[in-house]
Amino acid sequence: MKRFNRKFGLIASMMVVLTLWAQLSLAQEKPAELKVGITTYVTGPASVFGVPAKAAFDIMIEEINAKGGIDGVKIAPFFIDEGVGTSGVLSEYRRANQEMGIRVMLAAISSGHCLALAPVAEDLKILNVMWDCSTERVLEDAKFNYVFRTQANATIEMVAAVIYLLRTKPDFKTVAVVNQDYAWGRDSWEIFINTLKALKPDVKVVAELFPKFGASDFSAEISRLQALRPDVILNTSWGGDLDTFVRQAAQRGLLKSSTFVMPLLESSMERIGDAVPDGVIAAGRGDHYFLHPETKNDPAHVAFVKKFREKTGAYPIYPSYHAVQSVIALKAAYEKAIKANGGKWPTIEQVAAAMKGLEFKGFGRPIKIREDGQGMEDQLYGITKKVPEYPFPVLDKMMFIPAELVTTPVGQKSPEYVKTISPEILKKEFKTYNYTK
Amino acid sequence: MTTEMFILATLDGLSAAALLFMVALGLTLIFGVMGILNVAHGSLYAIGGYVAATLGLAIDKFGLSPALYLPALFLAAILIGPLLGTLLEVGLLRRILGKEHVLQLLVTFAAFMILEDVQRLVWGTQPYFVSNVMNQFGNTDVLGITYTNYQMIVLPVVAAVAYYGLRYFLTKTWLGREVIAMTFHREVATAMGVNAKLVSLLTFVIGAGLGTLGGALASPSTALLPGVGADMIVQSFAVIAIAGLGQLGGAALAACLIGLSRSFAVYLMPELAVLTPYIIMVLVLLVRPEGLFAATSMRRI
Amino acid sequence: MFIRLVTVALIVLTIIISHSFPWLKTPVIFSLCNGLAVLGVIVLIRAGQVSFGHAMYSCAAGYMVVFLARAYQLDGLLLIGLATSVATVFSALLGLFIVRYRGIFFGMLNLAFSMVLYSIISKFTTITGGTDGLSFTRPPLAGFVLERDAFETALLYVVLACALICGLLAQRYFESAPGQSLAAIKTNETRLEYLGISAKHVFWMGYLFSGFLAGLGGSLFAIAQGLVTPEAGYWVRSGEFVFIAILGGSGHAIGAYLGAFIFEFVRFYAAALLTGAWQITLGTVLIVIIFLAPEGLVGMLTRFRLPARR
Repeated sequence: MKRFNRKFGLIASMMVVLTLWAQLSLAQEKPAELKVGITTYVTGPASVFGVPAKAAFDIMIEEINAKGGIDGVKIAPFFIDEGVGTSGVLSEYRRANQEMGIRVMLAAISSGHCLALAPVAEDLKILNVMWDCSTERVLEDAKFNYVFRTQANATIEMVAAVIYLLRTKPDFKTVAVVNQDYAWGRDSWEIFINTLKALKPDVKVVAELFPKFGASDFSAEISRLQALRPDVILNTSWGGDLDTFVRQAAQRGLLKSSTFVMPLLESSMERIGDAVPDGVIAAGRGDHYFLHPETKNDPAHVAFVKKFREKTGAYPIYPSYHAVQSVIALKAAYEKAIKANGGKWPTIEQVAAAMKGLEFKGFGRPIKIREDGQGMEDQLYGITKKVPEYPFPVLDKMMFIPAELVTTPVGQKSPEYVKTISPEILKKEFKTYNYTK
Repeated sequence: MTTEMFILATLDGLSAAALLFMVALGLTLIFGVMGILNVAHGSLYAIGGYVAATLGLAIDKFGLSPALYLPALFLAAILIGPLLGTLLEVGLLRRILGKEHVLQLLVTFAAFMILEDVQRLVWGTQPYFVSNVMNQFGNTDVLGITYTNYQMIVLPVVAAVAYYGLRYFLTKTWLGREVIAMTFHREVATAMGVNAKLVSLLTFVIGAGLGTLGGALASPSTALLPGVGADMIVQSFAVIAIAGLGQLGGAALAACLIGLSRSFAVYLMPELAVLTPYIIMVLVLLVRPEGLFAATSMRRI
Repeated sequence: MFIRLVTVALIVLTIIISHSFPWLKTPVIFSLCNGLAVLGVIVLIRAGQVSFGHAMYSCAAGYMVVFLARAYQLDGLLLIGLATSVATVFSALLGLFIVRYRGIFFGMLNLAFSMVLYSIISKFTTITGGTDGLSFTRPPLAGFVLERDAFETALLYVVLACALICGLLAQRYFESAPGQSLAAIKTNETRLEYLGISAKHVFWMGYLFSGFLAGLGGSLFAIAQGLVTPEAGYWVRSGEFVFIAILGGSGHAIGAYLGAFIFEFVRFYAAALLTGAWQITLGTVLIVIIFLAPEGLVGMLTRFRLPARR
């Protein structure tokens, strides 16, 4: 009997220990720090985006950490250079996860990298925030539980461009395109022209030019466009390509003889501002701008712009704001998940669940993350205007095209969706903001 | 294809060809004398451009006379070309003359990679663009199309001067003839009393100077950013492969062929524009396996 | 003997490393795939010719894998076989024309063809997915549907087996009569012709074999990555292959894999530790190798012999 008791006692105590241990392992222990992997371009042509974005990451993370981090846990960033190419990024991403135990990633700038990383993140159960890439294919072609986007996508951006164009310049007959010859250049034109044809069927395409990525001379393209004189020219280039094109086109008067739509011009404005005339339709991929009419006087935004200028000597551009949005969204998702978890540190799964339907606010209007992971970010479009306060043009006649109006519904695919957009969309009234000091 | 279009495409093609030619000229000259295809030539092009842009910015910053814009481009090439050229020749190329061609190529490729990072460390990743020279020269309208005088006149003229100047040097001066002697046979030339080391160095410096000059002259009309050198070097390789190795006149023709075909493609078949250098190369090599102007070479049995 | 020892050590090390550090599995697979393509480049280097466009065969095979995987539910091994055959046939056809050229013209023609392929793939967005490339879901491997981790382990062994077999095959080829004739193209092609051997035919065989190796490497790479982008056929990739070939050395097939491992890890750690200066590191490594060990890593190995038994 004694023996039995002893045995029983042993088993009982073992069971208690086991259940305790099980409970302990269920409740996620609060880590000393939250390691976050961030991919960005430090090398290569896209470092024009990656470097200003990294500065914004540094500023935001430093600021959050100074205020105690997320629920007392500080963020420890680990940067991965996207300039090494897709397979290099894939290897480094996996190393960050499997060797360093990082389970939260902000990736990536390149759409190609987003397409490559999303399935890996899903397999490895990594919470992946696509903070800057634009391809809509990632979230439309597959369903993910761990992959989210804290900004708009190519469809939202380009449909908004068409709407803004038709609102400001409804009467035109011919259109041409000069885009970089790679996925974004091709896809953005596809969305743009299909939307335009749905809304304005009589429009005529007079030239489709796709000079190679990184081209150093656009003389022939510019001559041809001058000979054709299209009413509207779309150019979604960025970085050195956009700078070169704008300089050469401005010098030869092309920017004045046609109406240009340059959805990424904001990111080059400070560098090439002296060449940009008034009247170019411009934007910066989303709802953010250092002269954002609704938030430019918000203390947090003012402080950010000041810090950013001190750090880099330039005004923040859209990738910097996308960086801000992703960090703020991550923090908001963690806080939401902590709350739902009764104040305890959440698992990655809980944070991923919190991401769905999350509402957060960067330095623009509030953004909501849809159930498929897509961020519903409005689009700010405007027209360039020279003002005495800045040595480069600013945006005037700014309009916010709401994301709900121009986003492909869940379950549909963009190429089909844009063809079904009806001209009703143009009748909506949007408030126009003029530039004020 | 109307006459009008023909004229426009020719004008565009020539200015592109002029730049390409200057870079390829330096490359092919170096190959002629040293037998080395110098991949780092692409870096010389890029660095020449960066230095020119830096000088251009400095002129504005210190409020110097705008008359200095054009001289500054040449100054940039003269400052950095010989300096880097000497460094590369003495530090690397001189030491690999006896090695296999593959290894020679790879050494210059390694130098190219290193210089690529050096550029980034010095000038950063944001594009540089200094176009005051181009603005200074103004525009001309041809058939209702605006052209910049800089691209339409200055570039082709400088390229032509570089070509004829080099030809004069090679055929009419003592030193130039020594260079030519070296291209025929290094050992025999040495036996005849040519200072091979000195002539090699000199050739390399001139070639490097042409590369940096190409970059400096390109800088007013193009943005400088990481990777510009790589693009230029591939195109220059195409030029000298089409021309035949070491052929100066051939390089001029090949550069025009590439420049013009690209600008014509923009009018006729824009999708093919990117491919034109490669298509021409394949077609030319099909008919002339060693390039258009290949010199017959001796067979070693 | 020493090389054989190194080979065995390398295989054992590969297996041990990938099992004790799971995150190293992908870089190891990638290096072995690169190694296969590099072996292809080495075959040509033995003939004294450098191809600056061999990535096109890897790229072509990669796209074949994707197209087939997306169109039909094929087994991974079948995909590899089919895609490699297509790349081999492709190289055989192109080779008919290319083997007439030597030196820089050979290199540039390969480059030209690879750039034409690259541009075509980038342009036909609707079929090829443009520069973003095409992805596909993990295919079953030898009939087994596997989770990512198991799949990678299985793939590692498949790649390792391919690398070993191809290495042995290449070594046999180098030592055979056609292989020796191939090397004669480098030393003296005219003499080879005087012996009554067609240099073109010998070179064509070599080109075919190198296309096969590049294709095999490319199809395995595509399966490992689950995605193919035109980047895989860009001239920079071809340049990397040549780079690795010099690094590893062309004296022995093992050089390709040694070089690929060193390259992958130098780049990996240079990119991770010296963000923004990995090109300087790689460039310096290459120059040091060429000056100190012009025969590559293999040259260092063969010079270092085990003491002979008495």
